[in-house]
Amino acid sequence: MKFVPASDRSLLIVLGEGISVEINARVHVLSRQLMYVPGVTSLSPAYASLLVRFDPLLMTHEQLETLAAAIPLDEIGVAQSHVIEIPVRYDGPDLEEVAERHSLSAAAVIEAHASVAYHAYFAGFVPGFVYLGEVPAAIATPRRATPRKEVPSGSVAIAGTQTGVYPRSTPGGWNLIGRTDAVMFDAAQGRALVEPGDRVRFIPL
Amino acid sequence: MIRVLSPGLFTTVQDLGRNGFAHLGVSPAGAADPLALRIGNRLMGNLDVAAAIEMTLQGGRYEFDCDAAVALTGANFEHASIPMWRALKIQRGAVIEIGGAKTGARGYLCVRGGIDAPRIMGSASTHVLSGFGSPLKRGDSISIGEEAGGAPLERAVEPPPYRKRLRITAAAQTAEFDAQQAIRLATEIYHVSDNSNRMGLRLSGPALRPPHDGQMLSEGVALGAIQVPPSGEPIILFVDAQTTGGYPVIASVISADLPSVGQLRPRDVVTFEFASFAAARRLLLEQEAYIDAIR
Repeated sequence: MKFVPASDRSLLIVLGEGISVEINARVHVLSRQLMYVPGVTSLSPAYASLLVRFDPLLMTHEQLETLAAAIPLDEIGVAQSHVIEIPVRYDGPDLEEVAERHSLSAAAVIEAHASVAYHAYFAGFVPGFVYLGEVPAAIATPRRATPRKEVPSGSVAIAGTQTGVYPRSTPGGWNLIGRTDAVMFDAAQGRALVEPGDRVRFIPL
Repeated sequence: MIRVLSPGLFTTVQDLGRNGFAHLGVSPAGAADPLALRIGNRLMGNLDVAAAIEMTLQGGRYEFDCDAAVALTGANFEHASIPMWRALKIQRGAVIEIGGAKTGARGYLCVRGGIDAPRIMGSASTHVLSGFGSPLKRGDSISIGEEAGGAPLERAVEPPPYRKRLRITAAAQTAEFDAQQAIRLATEIYHVSDNSNRMGLRLSGPALRPPHDGQMLSEGVALGAIQVPPSGEPIILFVDAQTTGGYPVIASVISADLPSVGQLRPRDVVTFEFASFAAARRLLLEQEAYIDAIR
């Protein structure tokens, strides 16, 4: 566990390097343990690090480091996470293009995309957008050269080996392969359907 | 009710922000200059967290259909129909007219009782990208909340000392930049670019050389973090910024100077000086003591 102050009111806790489900699972356990500590204002778990924001009038970097270092992370199993099923109509405007790029049929792309229980690495971009991975190499597709000004709400998309669902209509550069009616973010309740650390399965309709 | 006769350039409802939901990708939003908002609320006898109308560069015109008490704080609005930095009673039917800001970028029209806008995750702050509220437009009606707290202050308040020389501390990747880059940041002059908003202030000036070609694994970003993208032109991440980012951060603006960032306007000259975390803490405590004296 490496501690780096990121500002006078935040501490970056680095748990490893690169993208790995094991490291990321530990990031989320640490995040959940620190969430209700008085003085901690918000947390941003990412791939291999956790940014802890705190009220500098209530807490110091050193106190937070002592607290975080005392949390046991060694026995964290990845299997503990929730599995969330998201029904998808695989009829996105980029489905054919993704299929052609990999010399596959659209049905094969759908089968491959729906074959994985994806790990939810972290949330970002807009409320409820969660970075999921990893998409099978056979259908991994880079971001589009020109982002769309408006991606329809509920679009299921691929960028590289990442996949995700646009919770609302926003600009976006990912390849749109399908669409879901699932409500990804409930603003009234402040709840996301998928929280970082969960696992996600897409169910073709 | 307050009727928006003319909304200025970019006018939103803001309070002290939506904290505690970054793990779901929710940006905090909130007043760009929380100091001016808190002073305005204190002038009104409101709680610090009450919502107000945040105006950007240009004020606007607002009609009141009831008697009310108001205070205008923040940017220096030379042509406003009400005096700044003091509480004022107004009559039903009054129209408040606020022109352009001569210096500073953001003004706060605070009203006794606060603005009563829908709360999402505990906050009335508008965040456009998230679809939480939207900028005010001509003809909008805004509700005023129930009076709460103490009486309005009788006296005027001196504007806080806004700075264009920002104090910064080390940040997550400071040690990964070569030392020359931090020296450059602390000695050169930067200008606030036109392409700046509540998400981030883009700075034009001598480019900085980011480590790792400006690419890294995404991680959480702090309010006030100074990112260096591959172009080398630094960006100060601000109140509406996304919660995670993938560019190296060379330094972070100290908490006590974040309200001053909210008052920077396009083409303003900005310079930086490094401070220790201990100094940053002391300066924040001093600012809190200054605020606490306004009661």
